[in-house]
Amino acid sequence: MERKSSKPTVDRRQFLTGVGVMAASAATAATTVKPAGAADAAPAPHVPSALPPSFQVAQAETGSPRDAARDPAREAARVKGIPGSDFMVDVIKSLDIKYLPSNCASSFRAIHESLINYGGNTKPEFLTCMHEESAVAMAHGYFKIAGKPLLTLCHGTVGLQHAAMAVYNAWCDRVPVIVVGGNDLDAAYRPPGVPTVHSAQDINAIVRDYTKWDDTPVSLQHFSQSFVRAYKIAMTPPYGPVAISLDAGLQQEPMRDHGAKPYIPRYVPTAPPQGDSGAVKEAARLLAQAQNPVIVVDRAARTAEGVGLLVQLAELLQARVIDMGGRMNFPRTHYLNSPPTVVNGADVIIGMELTDFWAVVNSFTDNGEHGGIGTNSTRIKPDTKLISISSVELNTKANYQDFQRFQVVDVPMAADAQATLPALIEAVKSAIPNDRKAAIEKRGEAARKAYADNQARTRQAAALGWDASPISTARLVMETYGAVKDLDWSLVASEGNVSNWPNRLWPMDKYHHWIGRSGGYGVGYGAPASVGAALANRDLGRFSVSIQSDGDLMYAPGVLWTAAKHKIPLLAVMHNNRGYHQEVMHVQRLANFRNRPSNLGGDMGPVGTSIQNPDIEYHKLAESMGWWAKGPIKDPAQLGPALKEAVAVVKSGQPALLNVWTQPR
Amino acid sequence: MKKTFMAHVTVFSSLAMGAVLAISHGAANAADAQKGKAAYVKHGCWQCHGFVGQGGIAGPKLAPEPIPLPAMSAFVRNSRGPMPPYMEAVLPNDDLADIHAYLQSIPKAADYKSIPLLNPK
Repeated sequence: MERKSSKPTVDRRQFLTGVGVMAASAATAATTVKPAGAADAAPAPHVPSALPPSFQVAQAETGSPRDAARDPAREAARVKGIPGSDFMVDVIKSLDIKYLPSNCASSFRAIHESLINYGGNTKPEFLTCMHEESAVAMAHGYFKIAGKPLLTLCHGTVGLQHAAMAVYNAWCDRVPVIVVGGNDLDAAYRPPGVPTVHSAQDINAIVRDYTKWDDTPVSLQHFSQSFVRAYKIAMTPPYGPVAISLDAGLQQEPMRDHGAKPYIPRYVPTAPPQGDSGAVKEAARLLAQAQNPVIVVDRAARTAEGVGLLVQLAELLQARVIDMGGRMNFPRTHYLNSPPTVVNGADVIIGMELTDFWAVVNSFTDNGEHGGIGTNSTRIKPDTKLISISSVELNTKANYQDFQRFQVVDVPMAADAQATLPALIEAVKSAIPNDRKAAIEKRGEAARKAYADNQARTRQAAALGWDASPISTARLVMETYGAVKDLDWSLVASEGNVSNWPNRLWPMDKYHHWIGRSGGYGVGYGAPASVGAALANRDLGRFSVSIQSDGDLMYAPGVLWTAAKHKIPLLAVMHNNRGYHQEVMHVQRLANFRNRPSNLGGDMGPVGTSIQNPDIEYHKLAESMGWWAKGPIKDPAQLGPALKEAVAVVKSGQPALLNVWTQPR
Repeated sequence: MKKTFMAHVTVFSSLAMGAVLAISHGAANAADAQKGKAAYVKHGCWQCHGFVGQGGIAGPKLAPEPIPLPAMSAFVRNSRGPMPPYMEAVLPNDDLADIHAYLQSIPKAADYKSIPLLNPK
């Protein structure tokens, strides 16, 4: 590669090589390190690339920088020209990325230094994270409020390994995150010892199955193209995470003089793909002629504008809408908002950006039958026509099975739903015959009554166990709503397995009222994603609230410290049911199928599923990391007053946590 | 094959009904709500139905006003739906009757209209 045949006068690799050899033989080292200003013509003598780490080399990785650089002449000689990582910062700044949540690591120390000293630690501002999974999930949550991606830096091997589950969640949830991993690619020059253990031929391999694109730039010009390309790919629907492997040498070396400075490509957003006009027309024809059309949405609305478009389409057809909850697609306050069971009577169903169309129109019962695999059955009439608009069809990979079971669809469109909606709305307007308009209006009247009846049933169900201790999940959710209802609130986590009460009872009608779920259901998303979303809401002057599950928080609780450190206000109300409750039920189910009692081992749930004995004092955990916190709250009468205190704290700019003992679901 | 299957179903149903009658006969006097509360927790009913039978996304409400004991017994022993069956070896008849008594003892919930938090403006 050209970079290797055209070395700067004194580079990091030569310096580190020199350090290593110097430990073995001072005389040899003297001939290895070129003096500043020496010509490239005479190649340096060959030295082995993998000497055992000397004291100096080990210090370079594990000791303080001062220990590793005691020679003032050599130190001065290293500062030559513009550092490559300064140029990288220029590239990053061109994309207006506001924050950089990251856990620091030596493989990106050069760009780290450039970001905070050359770049002034602004756009992006470095946010100190305690786990790479937290950093990526913060970026995940941030995007779902801000609509802009964040950059995160990872140690190339161990850091990406930590980050991998959060990257998978972002992939499944169609959220862009720019993941950059530091790596010492050049085995002939990388320092031995820890940096070598932390290097790999292809660090991106671990996330390639669940990223849209990745690259390994080998020059600064390559970096600028790759970074802007990565951003552009990530931000073209279907959104998704991208990865760049960033060579440590490329970061640390000065820019070489090849004439003109490398250019930074201008970012121009790519228009999202729209549905084929013929398919849109056919879909409109089916919908306009349907007796009982149903709209099912999951990640259809990418912005608030998408919500407005869905309302237009639904009202035009007076069609019931099922919001699967991947995003806040459709106002819960609208009379056309409906439960999933309404697919049963549909004659035409249009699914938009569905995670699992099969499961919308079929049911699976985990009842142990058919050799233990359970029972499948259809939920719809046999002649029901199905229409799909999904951009995910443009980006399916082989290994991970997030594309779900195969569902035959009559009119499938590989397209972005929100981008297709304007054309679909116009086509439906044209396709509705005049003699159908009265029938469509009548359909709306029936929907209004069904909505009112469903609301009353849901509220009565919420009243059950209202005064119970531990506190019912309905009470938890509605006490929380009562405390935030007069604020510009935003529910910024998965709802925490609380029987969907927020989606059933909170009057969500704005896009930011609910950010949807994790996508991949990788536990540990909730806490960091809520902190990331709260960061975005902080900048918009909104109040962030999360229902925080106990098991989820314990995956990487260090994100609490990050929130306190960076003054991110968030009200976290814990759904502390003292167990991995999904697994509590799974193990019990299997015990029943096998006709034997479950071994509880002294806990409430089967062995291995409870989080009790001892009980975790989450309020003390949060307090230790700079949060205002209170708990454990077991009496429902104490919850309202505690929430009032906590809301006041959050309004003052601090995060606050309430540890509430709750019913299981 | 189908006939054989149906014959099994018929025999099974008869046996189940016999078991139900035995439960309802023997349980009427012995049922104890306090014991039932402990059995409800021990056997894991709370996992899907909540500690006071209020139900939720994982399972329907059981209280207040549970279905009659014979119907509940038939369902618990023979469930082929989302709820896994509890056979007598796991959940004895006496425990099941006590659980039913516990569910019967749970007071009726207030009308949601009387709870301000369930009627936000």
